[in-house]
Amino acid sequence: MSPRPGFVLETDRATPPTLFWHGEGWRLERLPPGSRIVYPPEPMEAVADPDEAVRQALAHPLGDSEPLADLLRPGMRLTIAFDDVSLPLPPMRPPDVRQRVIEAVLELAAAAGVDDVVLMAALSLHRRMTEAELRHALGHRVYEAFAPHGLLLQHDAEDPDGLVHLGCTDAGEDVEINKRAATSDLIVYVNINLVAMDGGHKSVATGLASYRSLRHHHNVRTLQHSRSLMDEHRSELHTSNWRMGRHIAASGIKVFQIETTLNTDTFPSQFAFLQRREWEWSGRDRATYLATSASLARTPARLARSIFHSIRSPHALTSVQAGEVEAVHARTLEHVHRQHVVPVEGQTDILTMGLPYICPYNVNSIMNPVLVMCLGLGYFFNLYRGKPLVRAGGVVIMSHPTPWEFHPVHHPSYIDFFDQVLAETTDPLEIEAKFEESFATDPWYVHLYRTSYAYHGVHPFYMWYWGAHALQHLGAVIVVGGDVAAVRRMGFKPASTLRDALEMAADVVGPDPSVTHIHAPPLLLADVE
Amino acid sequence: MNRLLRRAVRPGFPWTAPQWPPSLPRPLPPSSLGAGYDTEWARREPVRVARAVLMDSVARGAVKILASPRVSGLDRIAGLEAPAIFAANHASHVDTPLLLTALPARFRHRSAVAAAADYFFDRRWKAALWAFAINAIPVERARVTRRSIGQAVGLLNEGWSLLIYPEGGRSPDGWAQAFRGGAAYLSVHTGLPVVPVHVEGTHRILPRQGRRIRPGHTRVTFGAPIRAHQGEDTRAFASRIETAVSVLADEGATDWWAARRRAAQGTTPRLTGPRAGSWRRAWELEDRSPGRRAQERPGSWAL
Repeated sequence: MSPRPGFVLETDRATPPTLFWHGEGWRLERLPPGSRIVYPPEPMEAVADPDEAVRQALAHPLGDSEPLADLLRPGMRLTIAFDDVSLPLPPMRPPDVRQRVIEAVLELAAAAGVDDVVLMAALSLHRRMTEAELRHALGHRVYEAFAPHGLLLQHDAEDPDGLVHLGCTDAGEDVEINKRAATSDLIVYVNINLVAMDGGHKSVATGLASYRSLRHHHNVRTLQHSRSLMDEHRSELHTSNWRMGRHIAASGIKVFQIETTLNTDTFPSQFAFLQRREWEWSGRDRATYLATSASLARTPARLARSIFHSIRSPHALTSVQAGEVEAVHARTLEHVHRQHVVPVEGQTDILTMGLPYICPYNVNSIMNPVLVMCLGLGYFFNLYRGKPLVRAGGVVIMSHPTPWEFHPVHHPSYIDFFDQVLAETTDPLEIEAKFEESFATDPWYVHLYRTSYAYHGVHPFYMWYWGAHALQHLGAVIVVGGDVAAVRRMGFKPASTLRDALEMAADVVGPDPSVTHIHAPPLLLADVE
Repeated sequence: MNRLLRRAVRPGFPWTAPQWPPSLPRPLPPSSLGAGYDTEWARREPVRVARAVLMDSVARGAVKILASPRVSGLDRIAGLEAPAIFAANHASHVDTPLLLTALPARFRHRSAVAAAADYFFDRRWKAALWAFAINAIPVERARVTRRSIGQAVGLLNEGWSLLIYPEGGRSPDGWAQAFRGGAAYLSVHTGLPVVPVHVEGTHRILPRQGRRIRPGHTRVTFGAPIRAHQGEDTRAFASRIETAVSVLADEGATDWWAARRRAAQGTTPRLTGPRAGSWRRAWELEDRSPGRRAQERPGSWAL
């Protein structure tokens, strides 16, 4: 049976309570009758033979590119860059799609006699990947063939000797990327397009760039004009990346882009109820819900976190395409949209969302309050094309425990950002003007980014900017079940129950408001008319 | 503590199975279930005898205790020969036992009930239970299929009367929903008369979302049999059946004469209730409560 499309359900009194994620757990909440729930499409069917699909894609590239085998020759310098630990979410069951693709690329490189090959994690300003994470993404075969010889690198955006400035775009944006990649005869970029925001020129222009380059698009003005981040044609962030990508190509750097799309089969079968529509829950689903809810309520937070982060998603490959960046990305987006798009009529006064335990920046880590804001207002708010799901002046209600807790190794600058910056102001423009530079250039943060497993000093600022459009657009943000002090620190309103939150929201948007809930994850993209 | 008690009494989802949203189509059950379920066994002699015993002893007594029915209009069908199609409004699961026990014996023991295939016949045990208890036959409410129509027409031709709810399901709020064409279609195709029936008060005893039965007063009003006019199409006839039931509702709420006058003037209140907000609809429905009227009538409470 072909997968059913996503749809919008209008609730009535008979509608069963709706699943809301709540960090490392979930709740069943009853929405007022007449509310809308946006359900994602069911996972698309996977390609039957993923390895063969990859081989075919490399042999039949899109755009004006030659087949990969024809681009490889002895004596050439080849850099294979790949997306880092932030994709996919949750991490997928082995073999990871990056392993499949990179092994296929290396097979061709070996056949062509290419000796100078380097693998490079395209970290941008993210933390370095651990050995376990690299082994998971690349597989043991690839890891052991490259890492011991120093040929498995992680992009260092602060290495003064490892970057090259390629000049400026027509709009005056500095283009500075990884030197090894820039001086290669060919960059093969292996991407995972989990959502429409990923991929395209953003892969190289962001993934392999420096702070000097990134700040041209990772800033408040650009992000306030990215409407949405999932719609590249209406996203300033993407427009800037595209300018940079074209500049890179014009500088003579050849990129062979390989993009993959995954279906939304997000949770293993034990947690099948998480991606089923509530009225289709079987007796087993209900028993699992009750049993897991009861046990999670008695599980210490640390243990619950480690259990959740050990989840490996059964994501399956739905397409792979390779060749020239823009042609490849256009095809990729068709597949992403086919999987994610749900038509929604009109905006809502109140948008509700249950935020899960994971976002791109806390894999094997802690979802701190800044990341909660980023996931809710940066990602979930942006899951639209056309108009935002919530009207201007509307309210977003997020459900998450929002603990005042930070991973000291992964997120050191977040701690200071939360304690010092947000204590003074939550206005993105003011934050950018007064604080960004000092955090971005702080030698201690730079040191931790380069040598430890820390996100760059400026990263919490980017997380805050990610929600800048939402902050500008919304009348209020309410967090249900969050740490009261942490929620207030971010300028949001705390509520202990959804009912309280809806009442508080009515004070902002007026009586008898319309309510829409995004039933995600699994992810979706609302096409709002 | 209260919450725990409430949960113990009415646990609700996820302790109990969820309801399927009415706005969404249900996937088809296996072909031997749903509209494909064969109810022939439920009309064999031993099963009929068992059902008659059940109906005349248990069901009749239970209905009397729970629904205190006042039945009127039986004189209008006194001369009517079986079979016939009884078309009633539908607000509760109580409607069927109430109507079956209210029917004259010549109809009662040779009647089938058109029941939603996706609701009453989606599990084998449910299908068997309803086929036995009320002689239910599966009818698809989302579409007209040859199989379910064929079965109903076959039964009518064999002399079985049919109780059908043209709304296609129970009312969500006590007011009726627009009538669909099922009863009219069967009447047109078999030439049998349709007896409009109005049931009042069952919504309060067991509403659609209700889990608890609250005993109350009910009123069943039978109307005069009607047939399709020459050349009248199914849709127009269905509309006429709905109007006839509306007049019976008006008759129960006021009196026969007032109802007739309003019918003649075309001002009979709509069976589907006022076009107003939910509270006003509920308010007005309460005014029509047979129990309430009985209480308001001087002296009636003292009987």
